[in-house]
Amino acid sequence: MNLNLEKISDFSVLTINEERIDAHNSGELKEYLLQMIERGEKHIIVQLAHVRFIDSSGLGALLSGNKNIIAKSGKFALSNIQQQVMSMFELTRLNRVFEIYTDVHDAVKTEI
Amino acid sequence: MCPSVIQVDVIIPTQTKYLDLIGSIGERIAKELDNFTGDREALAYQLNLVLTEATVNAIKHGNDNNPQDTVRISIHLFEQELNIKVYDHGQGFDLATVPAPDFEHPKESGMGIFLIRSLMDSVAYTRQHDCNVLEIIKYLK
Repeated sequence: MNLNLEKISDFSVLTINEERIDAHNSGELKEYLLQMIERGEKHIIVQLAHVRFIDSSGLGALLSGNKNIIAKSGKFALSNIQQQVMSMFELTRLNRVFEIYTDVHDAVKTEI
Repeated sequence: MCPSVIQVDVIIPTQTKYLDLIGSIGERIAKELDNFTGDREALAYQLNLVLTEATVNAIKHGNDNNPQDTVRISIHLFEQELNIKVYDHGQGFDLATVPAPDFEHPKESGMGIFLIRSLMDSVAYTRQHDCNVLEIIKYLK
């Protein structure tokens, strides 16, 4: 899976450079997020601008990251979600679970 | 029923790397619907998703002990209806016992059948001879 990690302010911004997250690569995303959390990253933004498709296992991988960060009193947010992908968050009501920002620059300005 | 306008039959090994291929077929079919008046982009995504979730389901419920095991996906497009059948060779499961998701306490897995049910008009899972069939119908308006 093609991922890019950068530091912006106090946030680790993980950009997913894939058009598709499905059961073939979601395990890798979940594992990558868990490793970030294990090595002490507390404030993570996942930037989804390139992602035009996500399935239930992809949502599950993000949910795993969200749960594990919250358990450590950190912050987990999503940004730049495409319209059709957003409809998956709405259908599963996960838009009420995740902190979601239109743009990554809005997300990094929030208080932590 | 009238003969199908398009019929696509695909057989894949039980490997997740083929999900993109199967989902893409659904997207392409959504673009071939001459009389569909709804949101075509949304339908393309939904068919991609439903085919992906149904195929993952068949791979998971497939026969783990057989490396030669396959999943067959059969798509029939009629004038007013899209019919998808996904065949697996595993133990099968009872669709009626698949619980609805708990939205207040979401889990990392188990949303697949919920998504298929939400987006399509009819879902059934039945035993046929030596395999199981997940049959999904979407009425096209």
